[in-house]
Amino acid sequence: MPVQQIRGEQFHNYPPQAQHVATANITLLQQLPLAFLPLLLREIIVYDWKFPAERDEIDRQVRYLGSLTPDQLSSVMSSFAKLNLSADLQAMDWVGAPVRFSEKLSAYLWATHQIDDFSRSAEEYIKVFNTAVPEPVIPAPRLGIAVIAEEISRTNYPLFRKLRRKGVYFDHVDPGSNYKLLLDTVTARAKLYPSPYAHWCIEGAEQGTANGSLIAAVAYDSLQPVRKQLIHKMQQVSASQGGPEILRTRLAETEPSELGMKHVIDDPVLSRFAIRVLTEGSGTQIYSTTFVQWTAREALRRARPLTILAKFAARQTEESADEELSGMQQHPVLDPAGSLVDADMGAYYTWINLQRLPGADQSGFIAWAPGRREAVAIGPSFAPGTQSQSIVSMVEILRQAQSIT
Amino acid sequence: MSSYFRHNDPRLDKLAEFSRLCDLGSSIGIERAISWSRREFIRAATGATAAAMLSAFAPLRAMATRTGQKAVVVTFGGGTRDEETFMPDGHENIPHLLKEFIPQGTFFTQVVNRGILGHYVATASLVTGVYETFNNFAAVTPDNPTVFEYFRKELHRPASDAWVVAPSNGFSLIGESSHSSHGAGFGAGVILPKRMLAAAMATRDTSGYDHLLRDNYESPVYAPALAVSSEQLHQVAEMLKVSVADFAAHARSLRSPDELSVYVARQLMRQLAPSLLWITLHDIDVAHAGTYSLYIDAIQRSDRLCSEIWQMIQSEPEYAGKTTMFILPDFGRDSDTASGGNGFQHHRTGDEFSRTTWMMVRGAGVRENVIVDRPVESTDLVPTLGSLFGFSPDRSQGKALPEVL
Repeated sequence: MPVQQIRGEQFHNYPPQAQHVATANITLLQQLPLAFLPLLLREIIVYDWKFPAERDEIDRQVRYLGSLTPDQLSSVMSSFAKLNLSADLQAMDWVGAPVRFSEKLSAYLWATHQIDDFSRSAEEYIKVFNTAVPEPVIPAPRLGIAVIAEEISRTNYPLFRKLRRKGVYFDHVDPGSNYKLLLDTVTARAKLYPSPYAHWCIEGAEQGTANGSLIAAVAYDSLQPVRKQLIHKMQQVSASQGGPEILRTRLAETEPSELGMKHVIDDPVLSRFAIRVLTEGSGTQIYSTTFVQWTAREALRRARPLTILAKFAARQTEESADEELSGMQQHPVLDPAGSLVDADMGAYYTWINLQRLPGADQSGFIAWAPGRREAVAIGPSFAPGTQSQSIVSMVEILRQAQSIT
Repeated sequence: MSSYFRHNDPRLDKLAEFSRLCDLGSSIGIERAISWSRREFIRAATGATAAAMLSAFAPLRAMATRTGQKAVVVTFGGGTRDEETFMPDGHENIPHLLKEFIPQGTFFTQVVNRGILGHYVATASLVTGVYETFNNFAAVTPDNPTVFEYFRKELHRPASDAWVVAPSNGFSLIGESSHSSHGAGFGAGVILPKRMLAAAMATRDTSGYDHLLRDNYESPVYAPALAVSSEQLHQVAEMLKVSVADFAAHARSLRSPDELSVYVARQLMRQLAPSLLWITLHDIDVAHAGTYSLYIDAIQRSDRLCSEIWQMIQSEPEYAGKTTMFILPDFGRDSDTASGGNGFQHHRTGDEFSRTTWMMVRGAGVRENVIVDRPVESTDLVPTLGSLFGFSPDRSQGKALPEVL
């Protein structure tokens, strides 16, 4: 169906707020090219369960595009309009199923060697959009913290090799500092800058105690019953010999209620977020370290929080994970040494993802292994590639990381 | 950045995403610097000579007899990145490639894959010399003639002279194309060791074998290998001169599917001594689970297995002194800075890191301690094999590499 022919009533299956966004902007949507519009609809269709930052971005996109004259809009969209799409793609129900369309579009662009053109088009568009409508100014510099649980930090693996180049490496952190201090810091920042989904605690084992109405908390262990049900579903789909694509589709269609999510996370937005982490993230279902890294990545990307605390704990061995996936597991067997390597990389990736957000030049980041008394602090107050051999408390590192320059 | 360009599909080949920060998103300069550093380091570490003018050299083999020529091609299905291999931080993972292969072989530092970055379709592109465009997850034959068909048809070689050992069920059709100009009957035999193992375990307790039966790392699902029939199993076992019981017993002592593949390859070399043997290693693709430590373990294992394969070549009279060994990943993995991916975990973005990899060539007549910096393409492998053996892969898009010939 040509985009010019879409009508408001075609959005009747969208959730209420998504339907409102789509129908209120139907004239704009009719002017967007097919290589662009379904991707926008892919986001709009889940508007009701989006984080505030995501909703704001959709709103700004629509405002920006709607503010352009027909010539300007045509110019901004021209590179997307030039992409050649197949008749099959054009015939798809891209209004009702934009996710499926985007998957097919992706495969088609790769197969026809147009993916690089698409990438360039998107990159250019984003640059123009962000310049025209910058994101709102945040009330305080962001703070990211990655912690490595003591039980996995008992090997001699050289920690923070990548992060050390970016900030100050401390090798004598005061052993009196503890994890509760970090939880208290998140709680304090949540009270100081109250905003929904702006402060996160992500745990690789049990839920910490930084639970408050303004803290989004997700823990690997708490989600165990959900993960079990999900793995059961994966086994069923796998047994049907549908292949990876069918599995992918089935997982994407998973509703929180299907896996008993309500008993674990009551918040509908956070609940859907957790389901997406488990169904879209490869390895998040079986490896704690992957779960924490991917959850932190997705929280930063989607919610754009002011504070994020990610604690990496022990994951199970590969053999144990295979047993779990095949339904043969008796007891999980942990791999502390491998977990430490994963956690080290996960901390690095968490810093990288923090750097992608606006205000990165003012944000603070700490990676800490209490069991080793080692930490790295990165931010405007910390000179890159330097080392401190003095005994320093985590309180002091936190204070410096949050100082405004 | 617009969130609707961000896709978290656990499969490969999803739409590109784009960084918020120009210094992260537009990392071409960084990548070039890294690439340059890699080449410089390798030269410094090995004393290898530049080969910029090698194409002007008279081919060493130009007048040599091709009688008895053999080739063993080893691909890393589950690409590796510079970061974990040839960049300084990665050297600890590839001691055999660095200390044994580079000084005694010709090393191509920039092998670019311009096709679809999925393992089956990319391997099909390697064996045809054409960027195949079929669905990576479909059970289909390559569209273009394979190197095995050119080899067997033009040189009148028997079926026993070309074999593929591949780890994944999806590779069962890799040995022969559907192209009309060559037709059925000229392809390579394909052995899938996991299928053999699954068949061997059909009447046994499979506990302790799960890690060898996992099929596809690109899906989070445990997909047990499809078993061949008991009759087929015994035929293969007879051909390899190994009893089913011994095969199962030996498999139990192995750590990974790739070790199983190398074991089968060893039996093939001893019993049939094929002139063209293609081994696809796949352990590295465990990276899709997001566990950095397992990814590193797999790189180290692949490095060791390459050395073992070379030792096998040297110890078998049918191969020693007349075999050329090629080692190359099918492609790379996403860079840490490409916001559309998640670093080492996937190969979705199509960025320079995920498309650019390397190739090592070692063996009789191959120049030693030579580094070739000029970019070549992964499709150049088939014409190079053609020149080596004396057949004409007329449909290949690549060009024979004069530095090898």
